[in-house]
Amino acid sequence: MSTNAQKRGFGATLWDYLTTVDHKKIAHLYLIAGGLFFLIGGLEALFIRIQLLKPNNDFVSAGLFNELLTMHGTTMIFLAAMPLVFAFMNAVMPLQIGARDVAFPFLNSLGFWLFLFGGLFLNLSWFLDAAPNAGWTSYASLSIAQTGHGIDFYALGLQIAGLGTLIGGINFLVTIINMRAPGMTYMRMPMFTWTTFVVSALILFAFPPLTVGLFLMTFDRMFGANFFDAAMGGNTIIWEHFFWIFGHPEVYILILPAFGIFSEIFAIFSRKRLFGYSSMVFATVLIGFLGFMVWAHHMFTTGLGPIANSIFAVATMAIAVPTGIKIFNWLFTMWGGSIRFTTPMLWAVAFIPSFLMGGVTGVMLGSAAQDYQYHDTYFVVAHFHYVIVGGVVFALFAGAHLYWPKMFGTMLNEVLGKITFVLFFVGFHMTFFIQHFLGLWGMPRRVFTYLPGQGFETSNVVSSIGAFLMAAGVIVLLINVIITSVKNEKVGNDPWGDGRTLEWALSSPPPYYNFKQLPLVRGLDAYWIEKMEGKKGMTPAEPLGDIHMPNNSFIPFLISLGLFIAAFGAMYHGDEGNTWGIPVLIFGLLFTIGSMFVRSIKDDHGYHIPKEELIDDNDKGVKA
Amino acid sequence: MANGQINSGNPRVDIEYRRKKNAEEMKHQVITFALMIFLTLIAFVAVAYEGFTGWFIVPFILLLAGVQVVFQLFYFMHMSHEGHEAPKLFMYTGVLIAFVTILCYTTIIWW
Repeated sequence: MSTNAQKRGFGATLWDYLTTVDHKKIAHLYLIAGGLFFLIGGLEALFIRIQLLKPNNDFVSAGLFNELLTMHGTTMIFLAAMPLVFAFMNAVMPLQIGARDVAFPFLNSLGFWLFLFGGLFLNLSWFLDAAPNAGWTSYASLSIAQTGHGIDFYALGLQIAGLGTLIGGINFLVTIINMRAPGMTYMRMPMFTWTTFVVSALILFAFPPLTVGLFLMTFDRMFGANFFDAAMGGNTIIWEHFFWIFGHPEVYILILPAFGIFSEIFAIFSRKRLFGYSSMVFATVLIGFLGFMVWAHHMFTTGLGPIANSIFAVATMAIAVPTGIKIFNWLFTMWGGSIRFTTPMLWAVAFIPSFLMGGVTGVMLGSAAQDYQYHDTYFVVAHFHYVIVGGVVFALFAGAHLYWPKMFGTMLNEVLGKITFVLFFVGFHMTFFIQHFLGLWGMPRRVFTYLPGQGFETSNVVSSIGAFLMAAGVIVLLINVIITSVKNEKVGNDPWGDGRTLEWALSSPPPYYNFKQLPLVRGLDAYWIEKMEGKKGMTPAEPLGDIHMPNNSFIPFLISLGLFIAAFGAMYHGDEGNTWGIPVLIFGLLFTIGSMFVRSIKDDHGYHIPKEELIDDNDKGVKA
Repeated sequence: MANGQINSGNPRVDIEYRRKKNAEEMKHQVITFALMIFLTLIAFVAVAYEGFTGWFIVPFILLLAGVQVVFQLFYFMHMSHEGHEAPKLFMYTGVLIAFVTILCYTTIIWW
């Protein structure tokens, strides 16, 4: 019966991943897909920087440049950062709360496949027609006026991918509320789990406005509606509000898990309890809450009037307070700790000043009067790259090194990891620090070239060189991953030696049922407490019994495939002389509904891992 | 969930406690039901009465509707019971965010 240890062929492995409902394998899928889109988005960024290397450059045309910058933003936010964050949430969060899986394993798989098909649809635009070219914000007047199918790819692709994210968020919420191990109270949850919880709540409330906005856009462009057309009685500003009611929480959806990952890293590698844990929880919740009250600061120059601008400016600056609480807590965590500068710790230490700079320029931009000066210049570009790269991407790199052993059972090479860090860190500051000044000197964002003699030349060269250093850093990481995978040297439960939370009590990677017996949690940093009392592992909270497991399923793939097919029908049905659009749309939707119907009527009770098999493992001393 | 748990080893105690609890619950439901019918009647009267303008009737009926929703959630869907803290928290948050959104749309976009 022990099929989990068997060597299997490529086809069987592929089928296993296509049908898996195991949160650890779905984490692998998110990591691979997100990593692939990260490379695509990075390539687009490099093309942008090559184009801006010198004045009057003609490396790409103006039209292609618009497509590149739109797809760079869209890909990086929706298809790279989000799924990579989801990868770590999936891999770590259920282990941290002592659960055997997420609450709805089937939905977890469905969320991934929806995201992947949405992302594929969006990126097929490069080959089929033209890519979206109205910026990642896709403001309505511009995007409604664009000819070709670019914006249709954006609206439909993001709709499908967004559905997946929403499903994933709800799944995590239910998991954290209902499936914590005995003794794991809310105030004993590790910081990463807390941020996952708050982020999932943000997803729950932030994605519906995006869904509505995208539907309005879809109907305006493809089915003859006029929601955003002022000439027909619509209102173009509605899109901006919908987009930013979603868009501002979205950036917190990205940064809060980053805060969570760094909180874990600071505690582990300072060998100290996280300083001010309860204030960290409070600050996380407060940031999440305030995140919904500030969206109009992206629209100061839209003409909301001085009262609305002032309200949103004050709310925006208020967010600096809980963020400041967090920064100080991280510093105090390190203070007096026995610090080890491993690769994850290097990223974490570098994150504090980098992110802080992005935060400070954020407060500057949050001041409505000043924002009129900064608006649409490279200053804004510098600001959001400092928070998103200096915050989120640093956390993703740090998390990849920290959790690689837990996800794949092998350690990434520390020397190569540090080389990646140095290259990327230097490249990052070279690329974006100078852009603050470019912005203040008046270089507008989203313009494909500039004239000589305006004083932009040298700075743009510096910026482009930095971009190539970042690319070099990513390549070193890829080499590191390949070397590590080929060597395949398995490590033990707690490879960093100072793991504090439950995931480090399990083998690396954990068995597919995670916990043979659910652990008893006796405080914050549950595994650390047991270690300090000289115990080898967690005290079980239940007798050994049969474990109920869900069956694998191919249906999530089919549900997502149906929507993917339907999207093509919706997009092309309006073309001159198109006859197959509507039938394909209906077929795709029926395919999805049919798959859901099969799922509903088929009794699938899962299976049990018999107690005997678990005892067997124990005697041989194989499993944790 | 919370309702299904038997805390006492003595089944007699538990049954009596639950019977008392259920009777109380029933009383609440009947009172709420009567109140809801009464509120509905008021709404109809408000519309039928000649003296009120639309500027009074619409907000008034919306207010009554809000009260009815609260009755429905707390007395008929048992949100007043223990074990509903998380749903409550999320509903309040959702209501708040929806309120801010609507407030914004009505004040700075449309009027």
